[in-house]
Amino acid sequence: MTKQPERIFVKGNEAIARGALAAKCKCFFGYPITPQNDIPEFMSTEMVKAGGDFVQAESEVAAANMLLGAAATGIRSMTSSSSPGMSLKQEAISYMAGSEVPAVIVNMNRGGPGLGDIGPAQGDYYQSTRGGGHGDYRHFTFGPGTVQEAYDLTIRAFDIAFEHRTPVLILGDAILGQMKEPITPWEPENIDEEGGKDWAITGRTGGREKRLIKSLFLAEGELAGQNRHLQAKYDSWVDLAECEQFETEDADLIICAYGSIGRIAKSAVRKFRKEGKKVGLFRPITLYPFPSAELKALAEQGKRFLTIEHNLGQMVDDVRLAIRTISDSEFFPIYPGNLPTPDELEEPILKCLEGK
Amino acid sequence: MSEMNEKLVFDKPESVIDRATHYCPGCHHGIAHRLVGELLDEMNLAEKTLMTTSIGCSVFLYNYLNVDAVEAPHGRAPAVATGVKRARPDHFVFTYQGDGDLASIGMAEIMHAANRGEKMSVVFVNNTVYGMTGGQMAPTTLIGQKTTTSPAGRCQATQGSPIRMSEIIASLGGVAYAARGSLDCVKNIRAAKKHLRKAFECQINGTGFGFVELLSGCPTNWKMTPIQANERIQTEMIPYFPLGVFKDISEEGGIC
Ligand SMILES: Cc1ncc(C[n+]2csc(CCOP(=O)(O)OP(=O)(O)O)c2C)c(N)n1
Ligand code: SF4
Ligand SMILES: [Mg+2]
Repeated sequence: MTKQPERIFVKGNEAIARGALAAKCKCFFGYPITPQNDIPEFMSTEMVKAGGDFVQAESEVAAANMLLGAAATGIRSMTSSSSPGMSLKQEAISYMAGSEVPAVIVNMNRGGPGLGDIGPAQGDYYQSTRGGGHGDYRHFTFGPGTVQEAYDLTIRAFDIAFEHRTPVLILGDAILGQMKEPITPWEPENIDEEGGKDWAITGRTGGREKRLIKSLFLAEGELAGQNRHLQAKYDSWVDLAECEQFETEDADLIICAYGSIGRIAKSAVRKFRKEGKKVGLFRPITLYPFPSAELKALAEQGKRFLTIEHNLGQMVDDVRLAIRTISDSEFFPIYPGNLPTPDELEEPILKCLEGK
Repeated sequence: MSEMNEKLVFDKPESVIDRATHYCPGCHHGIAHRLVGELLDEMNLAEKTLMTTSIGCSVFLYNYLNVDAVEAPHGRAPAVATGVKRARPDHFVFTYQGDGDLASIGMAEIMHAANRGEKMSVVFVNNTVYGMTGGQMAPTTLIGQKTTTSPAGRCQATQGSPIRMSEIIASLGGVAYAARGSLDCVKNIRAAKKHLRKAFECQINGTGFGFVELLSGCPTNWKMTPIQANERIQTEMIPYFPLGVFKDISEEGGIC
């Protein structure tokens, strides 16, 4: 029952909330923090209208643990926050990874460390891609660059979460969350609203065996087995890595940038192309798994790289790891607290292009 | 006496799994488990139960009760159970928590779940110490009580006073039932079971949040024999933590 294409003009935050409802998310647990407040505000009325439930939790710690509980029952559930709140959610995210609970978490990245500011930043890249809590784990991470992509990837996030029994993070920033754009909402078909039939805790009705959702493995060798199992799952995601390549084919210099910065870099690339300069853009869409193979293929063609991030150099590590046997990447930092324009990126790009 | 005349008068509840526990001799966690198991059977709740376990000596509760369960991080059980109940409102949801778990690291979660009036039940085992980690001071440790982190005895001036959780919980709007029982003797165990039944009923008929504190012995960390531990509950704990029902609106038809 795909709806007639209809255009709506919404903020990234609202697009994510709408995407979650389209994906039949039924529980939302939130806590106020700028710049993501539109998500819990929207959910407080719309989730209830959609037959689900909304709780404003007492803290991000509690919200993330509510998510753990709801998702353990196999119901599509979600929480959202911004950087300081994300630090508090890490405990529950580690437990969700350890006990393989599928859930969707949104971080509208703001400036840090500490209270930082409420403007856009990408300083949470490490936390978002390395497993920000304790223990050896990863989770799937999307880095949408446009409001439409935020909507689309939110729907996809729920599918990935349930297919792989993993928390999935959507990493945006204050630009994406607060920017209004026209999007075409769509309704995915055939969503399995009881996605955890073979594992979720739903009660031992009919005398079935009891089920446990847990991350404690004390018996000898048990935890190693669980770690091995989890790592095999993370390794299997390598084929799910996604990226956007723009004008990379004949480019001499590849700009690597994700999310909002990827989009701003794209504008700069367009301008250089008009001037006949051979610049292209490589924009990871999945930040974990990182699209390393695609990047390596570009390195093998002898291209040079410049990574631009709204932080002091985090994703550049992944870029360098991907191309390490062949090439290297330059890095240009945009400091949090600034809203970069395409013009500001021209000088560093030009310098690299001219080999200075 | 022929076999025919023998009558079984005391058996393991079906909801309690037939296996040895890891508890120390004289530990009261096993009694608390059994009371919960008996009620799950008697109230026919086992198949619709979604239990939230916590971190403490009772962390393996899910190996002893035959119900579906999710393991919460230390102190977070009331938040996890909130999520469980909101996602599956037709199920029977309870948490089982120690005093370090509930009254220290999980203070925010228990207060707000209670205040929201979540339709869930809480079994709170107060043994005045952090049992699992080796007997450190808990928020419920009595003044003068020696623990590994209050070797000279808990000092009120620098370490505060033991927290009376049942009284605090009873003061919150969303709470339908709050009571304190004790597991030191048969009489008190019977009363404790009545409290638990009332708390469970409050959830089943949608009245509100039910909370039962159980004064429990930890002979190991109290460095006592099981009998001395029972006596300590009578002589030291009950005078500070009085037994009884602190709130019961179950007869009044519920709260919004
Ligand atoms: C975040 C965190 N901090 C500390 C611990 C260590 N820890 C495990 S059990 C426990 C205390 C348990 O005491 P209590 O809740 O009173 O339960 P009891 O063992 O006495 O039944 C602590 C501090 C932990 N597991 N997680
Ligand atoms: S340490 Fe205390 S609470 Fe833990 S099992 Fe032993 S007696 Fe029970
Ligand atoms: Mg204790």
